[in-house]
Amino acid sequence: MKTMFHIGRYFVFMFQVFSKPEKHKIWFRQFFREVQSLGLSSTGIIILVSLFIGAAITIQMAYNITSPLVPDYVISLTTRDTMLLEFSSTIISLVLAGKVGSNIASEIGTMRVSEQIDALEIMGINPASFLVSPKILAFMFFIPFLVIISMFVGIAGGWLSAVFVGVISPQDYITGIQLYFIPYYVTYSIIKSLFYAFLIVSISSYQGYYVSGGALEVGRASTRAVVYSIVLILTFDLILTQLLLS
Amino acid sequence: MIVVEGVNKTFNEAQILKNVEAKFHPGKVNMVIGKSGSGKTVLLKSLVGLHKIDSGSITFDGRDFTKMRTKEKIAIRKEVGMLFQGGALFDSSTIEENVIYPLDMFTNFTKAEKLKRANFCLERVNLTGVNKQFPSELSGGMQKRAAIARAIALNPKYLFCDEPNSGLDPQTAIVIDKLIQEITKEYGITTVVNTHDMNSVLAGADSVVFIFEGHSWWHGSRTDLLDSGNPELDDFLFSSELMRRIRPTKQHK
Ligand SMILES: Nc1ncnc2c1ncn2[C@@H]1O[C@H](COP(=O)(O)OP(=O)(O)OP(=O)(O)O)[C@@H](O)[C@H]1O
Ligand SMILES: [Mg+2]
Repeated sequence: MKTMFHIGRYFVFMFQVFSKPEKHKIWFRQFFREVQSLGLSSTGIIILVSLFIGAAITIQMAYNITSPLVPDYVISLTTRDTMLLEFSSTIISLVLAGKVGSNIASEIGTMRVSEQIDALEIMGINPASFLVSPKILAFMFFIPFLVIISMFVGIAGGWLSAVFVGVISPQDYITGIQLYFIPYYVTYSIIKSLFYAFLIVSISSYQGYYVSGGALEVGRASTRAVVYSIVLILTFDLILTQLLLS
Repeated sequence: MIVVEGVNKTFNEAQILKNVEAKFHPGKVNMVIGKSGSGKTVLLKSLVGLHKIDSGSITFDGRDFTKMRTKEKIAIRKEVGMLFQGGALFDSSTIEENVIYPLDMFTNFTKAEKLKRANFCLERVNLTGVNKQFPSELSGGMQKRAAIARAIALNPKYLFCDEPNSGLDPQTAIVIDKLIQEITKEYGITTVVNTHDMNSVLAGADSVVFIFEGHSWWHGSRTDLLDSGNPELDDFLFSSELMRRIRPTKQHK
Protein backbone atom coordinates (compact mmCIF):
# COMPACT_ATOMS: atom_id res chain seq x y z
CA MET A 1 0.00 0.00 0.00
CA LYS A 2 2.67 2.44 1.14
CA THR A 3 4.92 1.36 -1.74
CA MET A 4 2.16 2.00 -4.26
CA PHE A 5 1.63 5.44 -2.77
CA HIS A 6 5.30 6.30 -3.18
CA ILE A 7 5.50 4.96 -6.71
CA GLY A 8 2.42 6.96 -7.69
CA ARG A 9 3.70 10.12 -6.07
CA TYR A 10 7.11 9.60 -7.65
CA PHE A 11 5.56 9.61 -11.12
CA VAL A 12 3.45 12.67 -10.36
CA PHE A 13 6.62 14.34 -9.09
CA MET A 14 8.49 13.46 -12.28
CA PHE A 15 5.65 14.93 -14.26
CA GLN A 16 6.07 18.22 -12.38
CA VAL A 17 9.83 18.07 -12.79
CA PHE A 18 9.58 17.89 -16.55
CA SER A 19 7.00 20.59 -17.04
CA LYS A 20 8.23 23.57 -19.01
CA PRO A 21 10.71 25.79 -17.15
CA GLU A 22 9.65 29.39 -16.55
CA LYS A 23 12.77 31.12 -17.74
CA HIS A 24 15.28 29.45 -19.99
CA LYS A 25 18.16 31.70 -19.08
CA ILE A 26 17.79 30.85 -15.42
CA TRP A 27 17.38 27.17 -16.23
CA PHE A 28 20.70 27.10 -18.04
CA ARG A 29 22.40 28.92 -15.22
CA GLN A 30 21.16 26.23 -12.83
CA PHE A 31 22.18 23.51 -15.29
CA PHE A 32 25.80 24.67 -15.41
CA ARG A 33 25.88 25.03 -11.67
CA GLU A 34 24.78 21.42 -11.31
CA VAL A 35 27.28 20.16 -13.89
CA GLN A 36 29.86 21.71 -11.63
CA SER A 37 28.50 20.58 -8.28
CA LEU A 38 27.29 17.08 -9.21
CA GLY A 39 29.60 16.15 -12.09
CA LEU A 40 32.94 17.92 -11.99
CA SER A 41 33.23 17.65 -8.25
CA SER A 42 32.84 13.87 -8.46
CA THR A 43 35.81 13.41 -10.77
CA GLY A 44 38.29 13.19 -7.91
CA ILE A 45 36.62 10.31 -6.11
CA ILE A 46 36.02 8.47 -9.38
CA ILE A 47 39.71 8.73 -10.30
CA LEU A 48 40.76 7.56 -6.87
CA VAL A 49 38.42 4.57 -6.74
CA SER A 50 39.10 3.50 -10.34
CA LEU A 51 42.86 3.73 -9.98
CA PHE A 52 42.97 1.49 -6.95
CA ILE A 53 40.39 -1.01 -8.14
CA GLY A 54 42.10 -1.27 -11.55
CA ALA A 55 45.39 -2.01 -9.81
CA ALA A 56 43.77 -4.48 -7.41
CA ILE A 57 41.96 -6.38 -10.15
CA THR A 58 45.20 -6.80 -12.08
CA ILE A 59 47.05 -8.10 -9.05
CA GLN A 60 44.25 -10.50 -8.15
CA MET A 61 44.02 -11.79 -11.70
CA ALA A 62 47.75 -12.37 -11.72
CA TYR A 63 47.56 -14.45 -8.55
CA ASN A 64 44.58 -16.42 -9.80
CA ILE A 65 45.96 -17.23 -13.20
CA THR A 66 48.92 -19.42 -12.38
CA SER A 67 48.65 -21.96 -15.16
CA PRO A 68 51.58 -21.71 -17.60
CA LEU A 69 49.09 -22.55 -20.39
CA VAL A 70 47.33 -19.22 -19.98
CA PRO A 71 49.30 -16.35 -21.48
CA ASP A 72 50.00 -13.33 -19.27
CA TYR A 73 48.13 -10.88 -21.46
CA VAL A 74 44.87 -12.52 -20.34
CA ILE A 75 45.38 -10.70 -17.03
CA SER A 76 45.18 -7.25 -18.56
CA LEU A 77 42.51 -8.28 -21.01
CA THR A 78 40.34 -9.39 -18.09
CA THR A 79 41.06 -6.22 -16.17
CA ARG A 80 40.02 -4.16 -19.18
CA ASP A 81 36.78 -6.04 -19.71
CA THR A 82 35.85 -5.94 -16.02
CA MET A 83 36.32 -2.19 -16.04
CA LEU A 84 34.44 -1.72 -19.30
CA LEU A 85 31.53 -4.02 -18.60
CA GLU A 86 30.72 -3.58 -14.98
CA PHE A 87 33.02 -1.50 -12.88
CA SER A 88 33.10 1.81 -14.72
CA SER A 89 29.32 1.93 -15.01
CA THR A 90 27.65 0.02 -12.21
CA ILE A 91 30.18 0.13 -9.40
CA ILE A 92 31.02 3.74 -10.14
CA SER A 93 27.32 4.54 -9.98
CA LEU A 94 27.05 2.87 -6.60
CA VAL A 95 29.83 5.14 -5.40
CA LEU A 96 28.08 8.13 -6.95
CA ALA A 97 24.79 7.12 -5.33
CA GLY A 98 26.55 7.54 -2.01
CA LYS A 99 28.10 10.87 -2.86
CA VAL A 100 25.62 12.58 -5.15
CA GLY A 101 22.47 10.93 -3.82
CA SER A 102 22.96 11.91 -0.21
CA ASN A 103 24.08 15.37 -1.29
CA ILE A 104 20.92 15.97 -3.32
CA ALA A 105 18.52 14.53 -0.76
CA SER A 106 19.96 16.58 2.06
CA GLU A 107 20.13 19.76 -0.01
CA ILE A 108 16.53 19.53 -1.17
CA GLY A 109 15.35 18.20 2.18
CA THR A 110 16.93 21.14 3.98
CA MET A 111 15.29 23.50 1.54
CA ARG A 112 11.97 21.85 2.32
CA VAL A 113 12.18 22.02 6.10
CA SER A 114 13.56 25.56 6.11
CA GLU A 115 10.64 26.68 3.91
CA GLN A 116 12.90 27.62 0.99
CA ILE A 117 10.76 25.48 -1.29
CA ASP A 118 7.66 27.34 -0.09
CA ALA A 119 9.50 30.58 -0.77
CA LEU A 120 10.17 29.50 -4.36
CA GLU A 121 6.54 28.59 -4.79
CA ILE A 122 5.46 32.00 -3.49
CA MET A 123 7.61 33.57 -6.17
CA GLY A 124 5.50 31.73 -8.72
CA ILE A 125 8.24 29.21 -9.45
CA ASN A 126 7.50 25.50 -9.87
CA PRO A 127 10.06 24.25 -7.34
CA ALA A 128 10.13 20.67 -8.58
CA SER A 129 11.02 21.66 -12.09
CA PHE A 130 13.26 24.53 -11.06
CA LEU A 131 15.35 22.51 -8.62
CA VAL A 132 15.30 19.01 -10.02
CA SER A 133 15.27 19.09 -13.82
CA PRO A 134 18.65 20.85 -14.12
CA LYS A 135 20.10 18.31 -11.70
CA ILE A 136 18.81 15.30 -13.62
CA LEU A 137 19.90 16.56 -17.01
CA ALA A 138 23.24 17.89 -15.76
CA PHE A 139 24.13 14.58 -14.19
CA MET A 140 22.98 12.55 -17.19
CA PHE A 141 25.04 14.87 -19.36
CA PHE A 142 28.15 14.42 -17.28
CA ILE A 143 28.08 10.78 -16.22
CA PRO A 144 29.39 9.42 -19.58
CA PHE A 145 32.54 11.47 -19.01
CA LEU A 146 32.91 9.96 -15.56
CA VAL A 147 32.46 6.48 -17.00
CA ILE A 148 35.11 7.06 -19.65
CA ILE A 149 37.49 8.64 -17.17
CA SER A 150 36.99 5.65 -14.90
CA MET A 151 37.76 3.22 -17.74
CA PHE A 152 41.01 4.95 -18.63
CA VAL A 153 42.11 5.44 -15.06
CA GLY A 154 41.23 1.87 -14.08
CA ILE A 155 43.24 0.44 -16.94
CA ALA A 156 46.06 2.82 -16.08
CA GLY A 157 45.89 1.60 -12.48
CA GLY A 158 46.43 -1.94 -13.73
CA TRP A 159 49.41 -0.81 -15.74
CA LEU A 160 50.90 0.91 -12.70
CA SER A 161 50.63 -2.32 -10.74
CA ALA A 162 52.37 -4.05 -13.64
CA VAL A 163 55.19 -1.54 -13.49
CA PHE A 164 55.56 -1.19 -9.73
CA VAL A 165 54.42 -4.53 -8.35
CA GLY A 166 55.63 -6.47 -11.34
CA VAL A 167 52.83 -9.08 -11.40
CA ILE A 168 52.95 -8.93 -15.20
CA SER A 169 55.35 -7.31 -17.59
CA PRO A 170 54.25 -3.90 -18.86
CA GLN A 171 54.63 -5.12 -22.46
CA ASP A 172 52.24 -8.04 -21.86
CA TYR A 173 49.86 -5.66 -20.15
CA ILE A 174 49.78 -3.34 -23.15
CA THR A 175 49.34 -6.29 -25.52
CA GLY A 176 46.44 -7.61 -23.46
CA ILE A 177 44.45 -4.44 -23.31
CA GLN A 178 44.56 -4.18 -27.11
CA LEU A 179 43.39 -7.71 -27.81
CA TYR A 180 39.80 -8.60 -28.71
CA PHE A 181 38.58 -5.12 -27.90
CA ILE A 182 34.82 -4.80 -28.35
CA PRO A 183 33.80 -1.13 -28.72
CA TYR A 184 30.18 -1.98 -27.98
CA TYR A 185 31.16 -2.59 -24.35
CA VAL A 186 31.81 1.11 -23.99
CA THR A 187 28.46 2.03 -25.52
CA TYR A 188 26.77 -0.52 -23.29
CA SER A 189 28.37 0.99 -20.19
CA ILE A 190 27.40 4.49 -21.16
CA ILE A 191 23.79 3.50 -21.80
CA LYS A 192 23.64 1.85 -18.39
CA SER A 193 25.17 4.89 -16.73
CA LEU A 194 22.51 7.19 -18.20
CA PHE A 195 19.81 5.09 -16.56
CA TYR A 196 21.73 5.08 -13.29
CA ALA A 197 22.21 8.85 -13.36
CA PHE A 198 18.49 9.35 -13.84
CA LEU A 199 17.67 6.95 -11.02
CA ILE A 200 20.13 8.46 -8.54
CA VAL A 201 19.05 12.04 -9.06
CA SER A 202 15.32 11.48 -9.36
CA ILE A 203 15.07 9.14 -6.37
CA SER A 204 17.21 11.36 -4.17
CA SER A 205 15.32 14.48 -5.18
CA TYR A 206 12.04 12.75 -4.46
CA GLN A 207 13.25 11.72 -1.01
CA GLY A 208 14.36 15.25 -0.23
CA TYR A 209 11.32 16.97 -1.69
CA TYR A 210 8.79 15.22 0.51
CA VAL A 211 10.63 15.50 3.82
CA SER A 212 8.56 16.88 6.63
CA GLY A 213 9.85 17.70 10.06
CA GLY A 214 13.39 18.73 10.85
CA ALA A 215 17.06 17.88 10.59
CA LEU A 216 16.51 14.31 11.77
CA GLU A 217 14.11 13.58 8.92
CA VAL A 218 16.50 15.16 6.43
CA GLY A 219 19.17 12.73 7.61
CA ARG A 220 16.79 9.80 7.26
CA ALA A 221 15.74 10.92 3.80
CA SER A 222 19.31 11.07 2.66
CA THR A 223 19.97 7.55 3.95
CA ARG A 224 16.85 6.33 2.15
CA ALA A 225 17.97 8.10 -1.01
CA VAL A 226 21.25 6.18 -1.02
CA VAL A 227 19.71 2.83 -0.15
CA TYR A 228 16.90 3.00 -2.73
CA SER A 229 19.27 4.29 -5.40
CA ILE A 230 21.60 1.37 -4.81
CA VAL A 231 18.80 -1.20 -4.86
CA LEU A 232 17.41 0.22 -8.09
CA ILE A 233 20.82 0.49 -9.74
CA LEU A 234 21.40 -3.20 -9.06
CA THR A 235 17.94 -4.11 -10.31
CA PHE A 236 18.44 -2.11 -13.49
CA ASP A 237 21.89 -3.64 -13.91
CA LEU A 238 20.25 -7.03 -14.27
CA ILE A 239 17.48 -5.80 -16.54
CA LEU A 240 19.75 -3.78 -18.80
CA THR A 241 22.40 -6.46 -19.03
CA GLN A 242 19.76 -8.93 -20.11
CA LEU A 243 18.37 -6.47 -22.66
CA LEU A 244 21.62 -5.12 -24.04
CA LEU A 245 24.02 -8.05 -24.00
CA SER A 246 21.93 -11.11 -24.80
CA MET B 1 -8.58 43.89 0.89
CA ILE B 2 -8.31 40.19 1.60
CA VAL B 3 -11.50 38.49 2.75
CA VAL B 4 -11.41 35.09 4.39
CA GLU B 5 -14.73 33.27 4.68
CA GLY B 6 -15.54 29.97 6.32
CA VAL B 7 -12.08 28.46 5.84
CA ASN B 8 -11.58 24.88 7.03
CA LYS B 9 -8.35 22.95 6.87
CA THR B 10 -7.64 19.42 8.04
CA PHE B 11 -4.33 17.55 8.27
CA ASN B 12 -4.65 13.76 8.61
CA GLU B 13 -8.04 14.01 10.27
CA ALA B 14 -6.97 16.74 12.70
CA GLN B 15 -8.94 19.86 11.94
CA ILE B 16 -6.57 22.81 12.29
CA LEU B 17 -8.66 25.69 10.91
CA LYS B 18 -12.32 25.78 11.84
CA ASN B 19 -14.59 28.07 9.90
CA VAL B 20 -12.12 30.97 10.03
CA GLU B 21 -13.47 34.41 9.12
CA ALA B 22 -11.28 37.50 8.73
CA LYS B 23 -10.84 40.70 6.79
CA PHE B 24 -7.45 42.26 6.12
CA HIS B 25 -7.38 45.88 5.05
CA PRO B 26 -5.04 47.73 2.67
CA GLY B 27 -2.54 50.18 4.13
CA LYS B 28 -3.01 48.54 7.52
CA VAL B 29 -0.97 46.17 9.61
CA ASN B 30 -3.42 43.35 10.27
CA MET B 31 -2.22 41.11 13.05
CA VAL B 32 -3.12 37.51 13.69
CA ILE B 33 -2.43 36.49 17.26
CA GLY B 34 -2.80 33.23 19.11
CA LYS B 35 -0.99 30.58 21.09
CA SER B 36 1.73 28.45 19.60
CA GLY B 37 0.06 25.66 17.64
CA SER B 38 -3.25 27.49 17.28
CA GLY B 39 -2.98 27.48 13.49
CA LYS B 40 -1.53 30.90 12.59
CA THR B 41 1.09 29.60 10.20
CA VAL B 42 -1.39 27.22 8.61
CA LEU B 43 -3.78 30.15 8.08
CA LEU B 44 -1.08 32.30 6.52
CA LYS B 45 0.07 29.52 4.23
CA SER B 46 -3.51 28.79 3.26
CA LEU B 47 -3.95 32.44 2.32
CA VAL B 48 -1.21 32.20 -0.26
CA GLY B 49 -2.16 28.73 -1.44
CA LEU B 50 0.76 26.80 0.03
CA HIS B 51 -1.87 24.72 1.81
CA LYS B 52 -4.96 23.71 -0.09
CA ILE B 53 -8.01 24.47 2.04
CA ASP B 54 -10.88 21.99 2.37
CA SER B 55 -13.65 24.55 2.08
CA GLY B 56 -14.29 28.27 2.32
CA SER B 57 -13.09 31.14 0.21
CA ILE B 58 -10.19 33.58 0.16
CA THR B 59 -10.57 36.64 -2.04
CA PHE B 60 -7.86 39.13 -2.95
CA ASP B 61 -9.64 42.38 -3.86
CA GLY B 62 -12.56 40.44 -5.23
CA ARG B 63 -10.52 37.70 -6.91
CA ASP B 64 -11.31 34.31 -5.42
CA PHE B 65 -7.91 32.71 -4.97
CA THR B 66 -9.21 29.25 -4.11
CA LYS B 67 -11.04 28.89 -7.43
CA MET B 68 -8.07 29.88 -9.55
CA ARG B 69 -5.98 27.75 -11.80
CA THR B 70 -2.21 27.71 -11.41
CA LYS B 71 -1.63 30.28 -14.16
CA GLU B 72 -3.93 32.81 -12.53
CA LYS B 73 -2.50 32.10 -9.11
CA ILE B 74 0.94 33.01 -10.41
CA ALA B 75 -0.41 36.41 -11.46
CA ILE B 76 -1.48 37.05 -7.86
CA ARG B 77 1.76 35.69 -6.47
CA LYS B 78 3.62 38.42 -8.31
CA GLU B 79 1.78 40.79 -6.02
CA VAL B 80 2.57 38.81 -2.89
CA GLY B 81 5.59 39.13 -0.65
CA MET B 82 6.08 36.67 2.14
CA LEU B 83 8.34 36.56 5.14
CA PHE B 84 8.58 33.04 6.50
CA GLN B 85 8.90 32.15 10.15
CA GLY B 86 12.50 31.05 9.63
CA GLY B 87 13.43 33.59 6.97
CA ALA B 88 13.75 30.95 4.24
CA LEU B 89 16.61 32.68 2.45
CA PHE B 90 18.21 30.52 -0.23
CA ASP B 91 21.36 29.49 1.54
CA SER B 92 23.38 28.69 -1.55
CA SER B 93 22.91 32.25 -2.84
CA THR B 94 24.32 35.52 -1.57
CA ILE B 95 22.12 38.14 0.06
CA GLU B 96 22.13 40.18 -3.13
CA GLU B 97 21.18 37.16 -5.26
CA ASN B 98 18.39 36.37 -2.84
CA VAL B 99 16.82 39.77 -3.28
CA ILE B 100 17.32 39.63 -7.05
CA TYR B 101 15.59 36.23 -7.36
CA PRO B 102 12.01 37.49 -7.63
CA LEU B 103 13.19 40.21 -10.02
CA ASP B 104 14.79 37.55 -12.22
CA MET B 105 11.57 35.63 -12.33
CA PHE B 106 9.04 38.37 -12.88
CA THR B 107 10.70 41.37 -14.47
CA ASN B 108 12.62 42.09 -17.63
CA PHE B 109 14.94 44.48 -15.85
CA THR B 110 18.52 44.73 -17.02
CA LYS B 111 21.25 43.57 -14.71
CA ALA B 112 21.96 47.11 -13.57
CA GLU B 113 18.30 47.82 -12.89
CA LYS B 114 17.93 44.66 -10.84
CA LEU B 115 20.98 45.51 -8.82
CA LYS B 116 19.72 49.01 -8.22
CA ARG B 117 16.36 47.72 -7.02
CA ALA B 118 18.04 45.13 -4.78
CA ASN B 119 20.25 47.76 -3.23
CA PHE B 120 17.28 50.03 -2.69
CA CYS B 121 15.42 47.27 -0.85
CA LEU B 122 18.43 46.38 1.25
CA GLU B 123 18.93 50.00 2.19
CA ARG B 124 15.26 50.21 3.04
CA VAL B 125 15.78 47.53 5.70
CA ASN B 126 19.05 49.10 6.86
CA LEU B 127 21.15 46.27 5.59
CA THR B 128 24.12 47.51 3.64
CA GLY B 129 27.56 46.13 2.96
CA VAL B 130 26.49 42.49 3.13
CA ASN B 131 25.52 42.03 -0.54
CA LYS B 132 28.12 39.39 -1.22
CA GLN B 133 27.70 37.47 2.02
CA PHE B 134 25.77 34.26 2.42
CA PRO B 135 22.75 33.99 4.73
CA SER B 136 24.62 31.73 7.16
CA GLU B 137 27.18 34.51 7.70
CA LEU B 138 24.52 36.90 8.99
CA SER B 139 22.92 37.16 12.40
CA GLY B 140 19.29 36.12 12.88
CA GLY B 141 18.02 39.69 12.82
CA MET B 142 20.00 40.52 9.70
CA GLN B 143 18.62 37.42 7.99
CA LYS B 144 15.09 38.51 8.87
CA ARG B 145 15.78 41.92 7.38
CA ALA B 146 17.25 40.41 4.24
CA ALA B 147 14.15 38.26 3.95
CA ILE B 148 11.99 41.38 4.25
CA ALA B 149 14.07 43.03 1.52
CA ARG B 150 13.40 40.03 -0.70
CA ALA B 151 9.70 40.09 0.15
CA ILE B 152 9.35 43.74 -0.89
CA ALA B 153 11.55 43.50 -4.00
CA LEU B 154 8.59 43.37 -6.37
CA ASN B 155 6.63 46.12 -4.61
CA PRO B 156 4.00 43.72 -3.34
CA LYS B 157 0.37 44.65 -2.88
CA TYR B 158 0.07 42.03 -0.19
CA LEU B 159 2.69 41.29 2.43
CA PHE B 160 2.56 38.28 4.73
CA CYS B 161 4.88 38.03 7.70
CA ASP B 162 5.07 34.96 9.89
CA GLU B 163 6.42 36.00 13.28
CA PRO B 164 8.78 38.65 11.93
CA ASN B 165 10.36 39.30 15.29
CA SER B 166 10.45 35.93 17.01
CA GLY B 167 13.87 35.10 18.34
CA LEU B 168 15.08 38.69 18.22
CA ASP B 169 16.10 40.96 21.07
CA PRO B 170 13.48 43.59 22.01
CA GLN B 171 15.31 46.44 20.29
CA THR B 172 15.80 44.67 16.98
CA ALA B 173 12.23 43.41 17.22
CA ILE B 174 11.02 47.00 17.43
CA VAL B 175 13.15 48.00 14.44
CA ILE B 176 11.56 45.23 12.37
CA ASP B 177 8.04 46.08 13.55
CA LYS B 178 8.58 49.73 12.66
CA LEU B 179 9.89 48.77 9.27
CA ILE B 180 6.83 46.68 8.50
CA GLN B 181 4.53 49.47 9.65
CA GLU B 182 6.35 52.05 7.57
CA ILE B 183 6.36 50.15 4.30
CA THR B 184 2.74 49.19 4.83
CA LYS B 185 1.70 52.82 5.12
CA GLU B 186 4.14 54.06 2.51
CA TYR B 187 2.97 51.75 -0.27
CA GLY B 188 -0.58 51.04 0.90
CA ILE B 189 0.19 47.35 1.27
CA THR B 190 -2.31 44.88 2.73
CA THR B 191 -0.11 43.44 5.43
CA VAL B 192 -0.88 40.38 7.52
CA VAL B 193 1.42 39.66 10.44
CA ASN B 194 1.39 36.54 12.62
CA THR B 195 2.72 37.11 16.08
CA HIS B 196 2.50 36.22 19.72
CA ASP B 197 4.58 39.18 20.75
CA MET B 198 2.27 41.51 22.66
CA ASN B 199 4.71 44.39 22.33
CA SER B 200 4.33 44.52 18.61
CA VAL B 201 0.58 44.11 18.82
CA LEU B 202 0.18 47.03 21.21
CA ALA B 203 2.63 49.17 19.30
CA GLY B 204 1.63 48.57 15.75
CA ALA B 205 -1.54 46.56 15.11
CA ASP B 206 -4.21 48.37 13.14
CA SER B 207 -6.53 45.42 13.47
CA VAL B 208 -6.29 42.16 15.37
CA VAL B 209 -7.67 38.68 14.82
CA PHE B 210 -7.32 36.25 17.68
CA ILE B 211 -7.10 32.61 16.68
CA PHE B 212 -8.08 30.16 19.38
CA GLU B 213 -7.79 26.42 18.71
CA GLY B 214 -8.32 27.00 15.01
CA HIS B 215 -11.31 29.33 15.39
CA SER B 216 -11.24 33.02 14.58
CA TRP B 217 -12.29 33.72 18.14
CA TRP B 218 -12.21 37.49 18.37
CA HIS B 219 -11.41 40.45 16.17
CA GLY B 220 -11.21 44.16 16.74
CA SER B 221 -8.81 47.05 17.07
CA ARG B 222 -5.84 47.20 19.34
CA THR B 223 -7.64 49.62 21.65
CA ASP B 224 -10.49 47.17 22.22
CA LEU B 225 -8.06 44.37 22.83
CA LEU B 226 -7.34 44.97 26.49
CA ASP B 227 -10.93 45.14 27.65
CA SER B 228 -12.64 42.77 25.29
CA GLY B 229 -14.20 40.85 28.14
CA ASN B 230 -13.47 37.69 26.19
CA PRO B 231 -12.14 35.12 28.67
CA GLU B 232 -10.00 33.11 26.23
CA LEU B 233 -8.47 36.28 24.82
CA ASP B 234 -7.79 37.63 28.30
CA ASP B 235 -6.18 34.35 29.22
CA PHE B 236 -3.86 34.66 26.26
CA LEU B 237 -3.12 38.36 26.72
CA PHE B 238 -2.50 38.46 30.41
CA SER B 239 -0.41 35.36 30.74
CA SER B 240 2.75 37.38 31.35
CA GLU B 241 3.58 39.38 34.43
CA LEU B 242 4.22 42.48 32.35
CA MET B 243 0.83 42.31 30.67
CA ARG B 244 -0.95 41.72 33.98
CA ARG B 245 0.52 44.98 35.21
CA ILE B 246 -1.08 46.97 32.44
CA ARG B 247 -4.37 45.11 32.66
CA PRO B 248 -7.21 47.62 32.95
CA THR B 249 -9.00 47.18 36.27
CA LYS B 250 -12.76 46.85 36.45
CA GLN B 251 -13.08 50.32 38.04
CA HIS B 252 -11.56 51.89 34.95
CA LYS B 253 -14.55 50.94 32.88
N1 LIG C 1 2.05 20.19 7.13
C1 LIG C 1 1.41 19.82 8.25
N2 LIG C 1 0.97 18.55 8.40
C2 LIG C 1 0.31 18.16 9.51
N3 LIG C 1 0.04 18.96 10.55
C3 LIG C 1 0.43 20.24 10.47
C4 LIG C 1 1.14 20.74 9.33
N4 LIG C 1 1.41 22.04 9.52
C5 LIG C 1 0.91 22.35 10.73
N5 LIG C 1 0.31 21.28 11.31
C6 LIG C 1 -0.35 21.26 12.63
O1 LIG C 1 -1.21 22.37 12.70
C7 LIG C 1 -1.21 22.92 14.01
C8 LIG C 1 -1.03 24.42 13.94
O2 LIG C 1 0.28 24.70 13.49
P1 LIG C 1 0.78 26.16 13.14
O3 LIG C 1 2.15 25.99 12.59
O4 LIG C 1 -0.21 26.84 12.31
O5 LIG C 1 0.84 26.83 14.56
P2 LIG C 1 1.21 28.34 14.87
O6 LIG C 1 -0.01 28.97 15.41
O7 LIG C 1 1.85 28.97 13.71
O8 LIG C 1 2.25 28.13 16.04
P3 LIG C 1 3.63 28.90 16.32
O9 LIG C 1 3.26 30.15 17.02
O10 LIG C 1 4.36 27.97 17.21
O11 LIG C 1 4.30 29.12 15.02
C9 LIG C 1 -0.14 22.21 14.77
O12 LIG C 1 -0.78 21.31 15.66
C10 LIG C 1 0.64 21.45 13.73
O13 LIG C 1 1.05 20.21 14.25
MG1 LIG D 1 3.75 29.58 13.21
